[in-house]
Amino acid sequence: MAHEHHEAGDKQFFGHGEVHDGQADHGLAHTMPLPLLFGILGALLVLTVVTVSVTSIDLGQQGNLIVAMVIATIKAGLVITFFMHLRWDRIFHLILFLTSVLFVILFLSMTITDRGEYERDIESFRNAQQQAEKK
Amino acid sequence: MSEPTPEAAAPAKASSAPPPAAAAAGHDHGHGDGHHGHSQYPHLAHHFDTPQQQFDAGKLGIWLFLLTEVLFFAGLFCAYTVYRAIRPEVFVYAHYYLDTTMGAINTCVLLLSSLTAAWAVRNAQLGQHSLLKLNIAITIACACTFMVVKYFEYSHKVHDGLLWGPNFAPKVPVWELESFKKKHPEAAEYAHKLAEHSKQKGAAATGAVPATAAAGPAVPLATGSQAVIPPLASGSAAPIPSPVAHVDAPPTGSSPAPAASAAPAGAASAAAPAAAAPAALAAAAAPAANTAPPALAPLPKPSRAALEPLLKAGLVGEKAEQREGISRPRNAHVFFGIYFFMTGLHGLHVLIGIGIFIWMFVKAQKGVFGPNYFGPIDYSALYWHLVDLIWIYLFPLLYLIH
Repeated sequence: MAHEHHEAGDKQFFGHGEVHDGQADHGLAHTMPLPLLFGILGALLVLTVVTVSVTSIDLGQQGNLIVAMVIATIKAGLVITFFMHLRWDRIFHLILFLTSVLFVILFLSMTITDRGEYERDIESFRNAQQQAEKK
Repeated sequence: MSEPTPEAAAPAKASSAPPPAAAAAGHDHGHGDGHHGHSQYPHLAHHFDTPQQQFDAGKLGIWLFLLTEVLFFAGLFCAYTVYRAIRPEVFVYAHYYLDTTMGAINTCVLLLSSLTAAWAVRNAQLGQHSLLKLNIAITIACACTFMVVKYFEYSHKVHDGLLWGPNFAPKVPVWELESFKKKHPEAAEYAHKLAEHSKQKGAAATGAVPATAAAGPAVPLATGSQAVIPPLASGSAAPIPSPVAHVDAPPTGSSPAPAASAAPAGAASAAAPAAAAPAALAAAAAPAANTAPPALAPLPKPSRAALEPLLKAGLVGEKAEQREGISRPRNAHVFFGIYFFMTGLHGLHVLIGIGIFIWMFVKAQKGVFGPNYFGPIDYSALYWHLVDLIWIYLFPLLYLIH
């Protein structure tokens, strides 16, 4: 059941996995082999168990969040690559998707930096407010 | 039940592997070689040349749509990130109210449905009609299971007063929750004692002991216990905003009570929300109150293990005077605003997904899908995987906070 699509090489840039072994190609797009589908589901379920059980271990202040996000990203990667066929799809669709991810990262990081920028002002405002309430 | 596109009629491209040379010719997507008449493809729209072109156009369309969906959800993830960065203790506090088991069940259900959706695409490609219908049906069933579990979760939240904004009034304080007790037994015990202690102290300080005792039960438990907590007049010059500085102000929005100091004078203002009338009464009872407190022995100093979880959840503060009482962190309701918005929008997507897959089931029933026409199944599955993808992030972010 070896589905070696790696040799397809640069043709994958234009998608459709036109080099294949028997069941891989059915005209319009690549067909997912069943063992791969079930393998991915198994991996996703195992990662879910891991992410739940790792919560009970203390990994420092941000450690747990980072681990949880790394696991979630691995899971997301599996879903995108295999369930969503991006492994065999046109590279343009991957570029589209990564562009959206890039913009999400930009969005989040800019907001966070901006928020940090005014941290001090917010603090002094809050302290002043508390002072005023005390009087 | 007519089989619209006989396998034999499929273009040469599909029926047999092209020779390597042809494949290597490469950048041709089938526009060149196979201009068959449209009559051969009953599901080929007239504005497309080939099924391949139609499929590719649809696929590009769905990917563009998914891209906007990612950005759409990004706004909510941004709100989450910013608020968690500002007030981590609120998230620690609130996550005890969420049922991890239900969240985990839903995760597994969605993952399973993702498999069946991907499998359905394969079925459609291979023209396996009965398997296709079965897989679509399982996908729908999983989606419904997800929504049923969500329904139970939501109804628990509503029942326990865990709602957004001014509706937030938890019936059970966090340290009385099973999830909290299980994780931090010592902390739960200490928190319980602390709450009792400050309740008694508050009752004693207000002077009119029987009066407050009578007034107490009228208010819901959580708010009742909070009202009598000695106002946590925090160290004003605190460099870091003290997470517990204030008890949530009542929705009326009057300037929050904590302005009062912890001195006996503050006792009257602690009771202020009740009414103006008892003020005179409290003042009259003040001498009596002064004699009452000595009976109340101070609580023993808690162990670090008991204190740590309370600190992290913002129930007590770092400073000594912030440990005399216990209260939920300020603006804890924002977590539930974020929770309901994120899971609600995701749930809406699941509902839409159910609709789409019912539509696909009807189409599959008619037997329209085959090697040359499976785009709709593929696009629906892609949408469904994205819904799954968002849940993959939502689950640890909301349910699995350490």
